[in-house]
Amino acid sequence: MKLIIIDYGLGNLRSIEKALQYVGADVEISNEPSAIDRADALILPGVGAFRDAMMHFATLTRVVKDAVDEGKPLLGICLGMQMLASESEEGGMHKGIDIIPGRVIRFPASELKVPHMGWNSLIIKKNIPMLKGIENGTYVYFVHSYHISTQDKYEAALCDYGIVFPAIITNEGGNVVGTQFHPEKSGAVGLKMLRNFVENYGH
Amino acid sequence: MLTKRIIPCLDVTLDKKGGCVVKGIEFVNLREAGDPVWLAKKYNEQGADELVFLDITASHERRGTMIDVIERTADEVFIPLTVGGGISSTDAIRNILRAGADKVSINTAAVKSPDFVKEAADIFGSQCIVTAIDCRRNPNIKDNKDKTLIELEDGNIAWYEVVIYGGRTPTSLDAVQWAQRVEKLGSGEILLTSMDRDGTKDGYDLPITRALSEGLDIPVIASGGAGNIEHMYDAFTSGKADAALAASIFHFGEYTIGQAKEYLRNRGVPVRV
Repeated sequence: MKLIIIDYGLGNLRSIEKALQYVGADVEISNEPSAIDRADALILPGVGAFRDAMMHFATLTRVVKDAVDEGKPLLGICLGMQMLASESEEGGMHKGIDIIPGRVIRFPASELKVPHMGWNSLIIKKNIPMLKGIENGTYVYFVHSYHISTQDKYEAALCDYGIVFPAIITNEGGNVVGTQFHPEKSGAVGLKMLRNFVENYGH
Repeated sequence: MLTKRIIPCLDVTLDKKGGCVVKGIEFVNLREAGDPVWLAKKYNEQGADELVFLDITASHERRGTMIDVIERTADEVFIPLTVGGGISSTDAIRNILRAGADKVSINTAAVKSPDFVKEAADIFGSQCIVTAIDCRRNPNIKDNKDKTLIELEDGNIAWYEVVIYGGRTPTSLDAVQWAQRVEKLGSGEILLTSMDRDGTKDGYDLPITRALSEGLDIPVIASGGAGNIEHMYDAFTSGKADAALAASIFHFGEYTIGQAKEYLRNRGVPVRV
């Protein structure tokens, strides 16, 4: 299976590339629509601000949307998960790729420290293939100041940081998954999820 | 629930032959196994929440070795990795992140040019810019009415002065005010080291740790002085730290990370086990 990590010119893709190689994936980093078209599955990484990311991503929106509409698996990570939403309020209201209906909002000002940074536990709602063998309550690594707000049916796992927010989302077809945390930085558990993605999606 | 983080710190330098050394530990016979990389893997297996590499020589010659160590660690250890020591340009940050680090810590360069924090945060994102603040207690409060006065364990009052160049140079900056400033400039985290405690094994400096944690919205990593696990418990409870960094108590096998976490969990501190 050929995985393409979509490179839209921001952020550091080495960590996710290394982690996917570690679990045995055939990975390539690319921003070529033809490569995206040919790939068996896509990874949408994300570091930085929503608006910049969407600006850089703009020309790829169509090809990525078409690919997932045809059932191609896609894993969005952190900002890459947020980009799947309809819109985000980060830095003013901006449109997302709009694969999963929802809005990205900031953690409310309160006693909570923002960014939400560190290891927090998953409240698993749906046993999607990505979570095969992953126990409820498993800890994963988060770094973010915004989170997605969506409908119940798109939520596969939640996380409690004073407020409860979606940690994993999935579309109705099940081929698109987004994780607010970084599986590539979540130790053995994160690697297991990536292995699940590589082995159970896109066949 | 968000857990408190335990972070082993590897102070990496060169030995006379140009080999890699973690402070106090010569990797003479472990060269093939990968020197600091070996220690990083061990801590990862024990359940460390993150790793910090501090380049304590930070010479030009050193830099290439450090990039190599970061790359070899990032190839095998999939938890967050912070690298610090002598970082003063966005090019240096870019190279370190490309090698596989997730965050960099900036210290002296931030004090000399606060705009560097903003520039770095704008380019790379707040989440990967840690500001390291080294500070020392200053008992002279008479001439320093504008500083943040903090009550010490013995009831005396002091303010905490930021020091740079490895603690050798006082700056007259107030540690709490400085931390609040770098937070505004975009720093995503503070790595706080009390020079009064560093290397003493007497415990973390709780008054300044608490003052910073209460005065900031971003996480605070307590550092300097850990001599046993109870000190970590104190840092998280009385010091309100979000993470605790330690070096020697782990390097010399006094405790494993797992033992530290077990102890903390039994005393009601949320940790990832």
